[in-house]
Amino acid sequence: MSVKPSPVFKPVEAPSVPVHEVPPVAVLPVANAPRRKVPPRVRRYLVRSLALLVALLLWQLASSTGFELFVKFENVPTPVAVWQALLVELSSGEFYLHILHSLQRIGIAFALAAVLGVSLGIAMGRSPLAEDIILPYIELLRPIPAVAWIPLAILMMPSEESSIIFITFLGALFPVVLNTCQGVEQSSKLLVRAARSLGASRTAILWHVVIPGAMPSIVTGLAVGMGVAWFSLLAGEIISGQYGIGYFTWASYTLIEYPKIIIGMLAIGGLGTLCTLLVRLACSPLLRWQKRGGH
Amino acid sequence: MNSATQLNRLAVLDHSRLARSQEGSSRKGHISVRNVQVEFGSDAGRRVAVQDANLEIRPGEFVCLLGPSGCGKSTLLNAVAGFVEPCAGELRVDGQRVKGPGPERGMVFQQHSLFPWKTVKENVAFGPLMAGVGKFEADQVGRTFLGLVGLSAYEDAFPETLSGGMQQRVGIARALANYPSVLLMDEPFGALDAQTRIMMQENLLDIWREFHNTVLFVTHDIDEAVFLSDRIVVMSASPGRIIADIPVRLPRPRSQDLLTEPAFIALKRECLALIRQETLHAFEQQNATH
Repeated sequence: MSVKPSPVFKPVEAPSVPVHEVPPVAVLPVANAPRRKVPPRVRRYLVRSLALLVALLLWQLASSTGFELFVKFENVPTPVAVWQALLVELSSGEFYLHILHSLQRIGIAFALAAVLGVSLGIAMGRSPLAEDIILPYIELLRPIPAVAWIPLAILMMPSEESSIIFITFLGALFPVVLNTCQGVEQSSKLLVRAARSLGASRTAILWHVVIPGAMPSIVTGLAVGMGVAWFSLLAGEIISGQYGIGYFTWASYTLIEYPKIIIGMLAIGGLGTLCTLLVRLACSPLLRWQKRGGH
Repeated sequence: MNSATQLNRLAVLDHSRLARSQEGSSRKGHISVRNVQVEFGSDAGRRVAVQDANLEIRPGEFVCLLGPSGCGKSTLLNAVAGFVEPCAGELRVDGQRVKGPGPERGMVFQQHSLFPWKTVKENVAFGPLMAGVGKFEADQVGRTFLGLVGLSAYEDAFPETLSGGMQQRVGIARALANYPSVLLMDEPFGALDAQTRIMMQENLLDIWREFHNTVLFVTHDIDEAVFLSDRIVVMSASPGRIIADIPVRLPRPRSQDLLTEPAFIALKRECLALIRQETLHAFEQQNATH
C-alpha cells in the first residue's frame, strides 16, 4: 500500500515518537546492562541459595573451631564430615535397609489409617448416631501424643514391629477422620437436592455428591496424616525397633558416629516431605476439577 | 443458536420418548395444588411461608409464579418439587401425591447447582445414569441434550470454566435429559445479565415448543413472566399467598421483538395495575385486622 499519509493523520502519529522520553544522557555505564538482565525470579533464588550457603559456612567455621557459647559445637560434625559420611552411607546397603523398614511401616500404618479414617469420617459425617458414638473416643484420645502411647503399645502388641506400626497408625488416624468428617458435613445442600430431583438414591448421593465434595478435605486430612505418621514413626523407632531411619539416627548417637545423626535427620525430613508430596500427587486426579480455567 | 440448527440437533433426540411425552400432553404433567399450607419453624418461631394455596396447571402449560422476594413462591415450587413438605393440603402431579423429589419433575435452580467434579457431559448424563441405563447410553443422552442447548463443544469441560449463562443451559439440559413431564424452574435466569437473560428466555421457549412439557417458572421480573408464560400466578408476601391469576394471550412463537409491542406493554401495565391493586387491598385488609 503506497497511500501517502494524509495530513490529518500526521498530528496523531506525532506523539507516538516520544522525543522527551529519550534519556538526555544517552551513554549509560555498560557494566549496568547485564546485571539488569537477570530476571527477578532467578535473582531471588540466588539470594536464597546464598543464604543457605552462609549458614553452611558458619556451621563449618563453628564446628572446626569448636565454638562454644551456651550452644556447644565441639561435638557437632562439620558439613564436610557429614558429606563424606553421606557418600559412605549411600554406597552401603545398610542405610537403604533402614529407609526400607521405615517406608514399609509407614506404608502399612498409613494405608490402615486412610481406609479406617475415611470410613469413620464418612460415617460420622452422614449419621449423627455414628458421630455420637465415635466422637467421644476421638476427643478423648486425640490430645494424647503418639509418644505417650509407646509403653502401652509395647505391652499390648504382640511384637515390637506391630507396636511401632500401631503408634504410627494412631498418629495418622485422627487428622484423616476429622478432616473427612468435616468435609462430609459441609456437603452442599443444593447439590444434594439437585441429585435427588434427578432420581439419585441415598447411596448414589453418597458416591456422586457427598464424597467428591468432601474430597478436598479428605486429601488435606491424608496429607496432614502422613506428616503426623512420620512424626509418630520416629518416636516409635527411636525407643524400640532394630531398623528404621529413626533407629539409625538414635543409634548413631549412642555409637558416637555423629555425622550419621545429621544424615538421619536430613533423610527423615526428605522422606516425610516426599511422602506427603506423593499423597497429594496420588490424589490429584480426584481433584482435577478444582483447577479453575485450566485448559 | 438459531432455530434451524436447533431443529437439526433435535433430530438426534429419542423421538419415541419425546412422542410419548408429547402425546401425553393431554394427560401428563398435570399439577394440582389444593389448600396447601407450608410453615417453617415451630411454636413461637412459626412462620407461614405459603398460605392456603390453590392452583391447577394443565399439562403442557407454561405458568410463571410472580412475586416479590420472600413471598413464598420458591417455597411453593419446592413443595411441588418434593423438597418441602406442606403441613396441610394436597399436592398432586398427574394424580400422584407428591412425597419427595422425583425425576419426572425436573428442577432447574438459580445457580451453582451443577456438580463441579463432573464434566458438563457427565452432569447432563447423571439423570439417565440414575435411571439405570448403562454408562454408554447415558453418555449418548448427555451429548444429545448438550447439543440441544448448543454446548456440544464443551462436553469435557468442568462447569466452573463456563460462564453463568452456559452453566444454566447445562442445568436445563440436565433436567430435560430425564424427559420430565414437569419442569420446575427457580429463578433460573435471575443471576444473568440482561442480554444473556433475553437470549436464554428465547432459547427456553424454543426448547419448550419441542418438548411441550408443563413448566412452572418462578420469577420476580414482570417482563420475564409476561414474555414466557401462558398464565401468570401472582403471589404476595407475609403470609405468602396467591393473589391473582392472569392469563397471557400473546401469540406464539415469541421473540424479543415482542417486548416493545403494544400488546405486550398493555398486558404488562395490566399486570402491574392488578398487582398494585391487590397489594393495596392486602395492605388495607392487614391494617383493618390490626
